[in-house]
Amino acid sequence: MSEHHIVSPKIYFAIFAALMVCTGLTVWAAEVDLNHIFSGMNVVVALAIATFKAALVVLFFMHGKYSSKRTQMVIICSVFWLAVMLFMTMSDYLTRAWS
Amino acid sequence: MVWQVTEQVEEERRVHRTGELFGQFETMDQQRESASLGMWVFLVTEVLFFGGMFMTYTLNRSTYPGIFAEASRSIRLSLGAINTVVLIGSSLTMAMAVWASQAGKKKLIPLFLIGTLALGTVFLGIKAVEYHDKYVEHHIPGPSFSFEPGADVATNAHAQLFFSLYFAMTGLHALHMIIGAGLLLWLLRESLRGRFTPQYNTPVELVGLYWHFVDIVWIFLFPLLYLIDRH
Repeated sequence: MSEHHIVSPKIYFAIFAALMVCTGLTVWAAEVDLNHIFSGMNVVVALAIATFKAALVVLFFMHGKYSSKRTQMVIICSVFWLAVMLFMTMSDYLTRAWS
Repeated sequence: MVWQVTEQVEEERRVHRTGELFGQFETMDQQRESASLGMWVFLVTEVLFFGGMFMTYTLNRSTYPGIFAEASRSIRLSLGAINTVVLIGSSLTMAMAVWASQAGKKKLIPLFLIGTLALGTVFLGIKAVEYHDKYVEHHIPGPSFSFEPGADVATNAHAQLFFSLYFAMTGLHALHMIIGAGLLLWLLRESLRGRFTPQYNTPVELVGLYWHFVDIVWIFLFPLLYLIDRH
C-alpha cells in the first residue's frame, strides 16, 4: 500500500451482517443431520462456516486485505503452522492402532 | 543526568504522539507497517498457543465422539449463540473505534470503546452464568464430578475430558477478554485525553487486532464446544 487505507463503516456493517447470517447458519446446520451423507459431515460444515467467518474478520475487521504482502505472509504462516501441528499429530495418532 | 534523560524520554513520547517519523524508518507507511507486523507476529504465537488446545480437543473428540456429543448437548446452546452475537458485535464497535481514530472523529472514539467494553462485559457475565450452570450440575471436573446420575466410570472419565477442555479453552479465552478489557480501559483514558489522531492511532489499531483475534478464537470455540451433533 502506498498510502494508509481507511476502511469505511459501510464495509464494517456489511461484514457484521454477513457474520450474523453465518452464525445463524451454523446453529441451523448443527440441528440438521448431515452425517447420513457421510460420517463427520456436520463437523466439516461447522468448521467450513467458522473458517469463512474467521476469514471475513481477518480480511476486513483486521485489514488483512489492505495489508502489505509481508504482513499477509505472516498471517498465512499462522494458519500453515497450525495445519502442520494438527496434520502431523493426527496422522500419527490415527495410524497407531496396529494390533 | 536524570533530568536530561527524562527530557529525552518526554521528547520521544511527544514525537511518538504527534505521529512524526522515527529515525530508524524511511517512511510513515514503513513505521505503521512495522507496528502492525509486530502485532501480527505476536498473534501468530497466540494462534499456536490456542492451537495446542485445539489439537488436544481434536484428538480427544476423535477418540470419544459419542460422549463428547452428549456432553456438548448439556451446555445451553442459547447462551453460546447469544454470546457469539455479543462478541461479534463488540468486534464491530472495536472496528468502528479504529475507524473513528483514523478519520479524526475524536469524540466518537471513546463512545465506540465504551460500546466494546460494555459488550465484552456482557459476554463475560453470560459466561459466568454458564459456569454457574455447570457448577450446579456437578459438571466441573474434580472429585464431585458426575456427568449424570448412574453414569459408569468410563462415561464419567470421558465426559470429564470434555469438560476439562471446555473450561480450559473458554477460561483461557475469557482471560484474554479480561486482558483486552484492561487494554480498552487504557485506550479509553488516552482517547478522553484526545491522544489519538489520524496521524497517531497505533494503539487503537493494535488493540483492535488483539480484540478481533479473541473474537476469531470464539468463532471456532462456539461450533466445537456447543454444536457437536445437536440433531
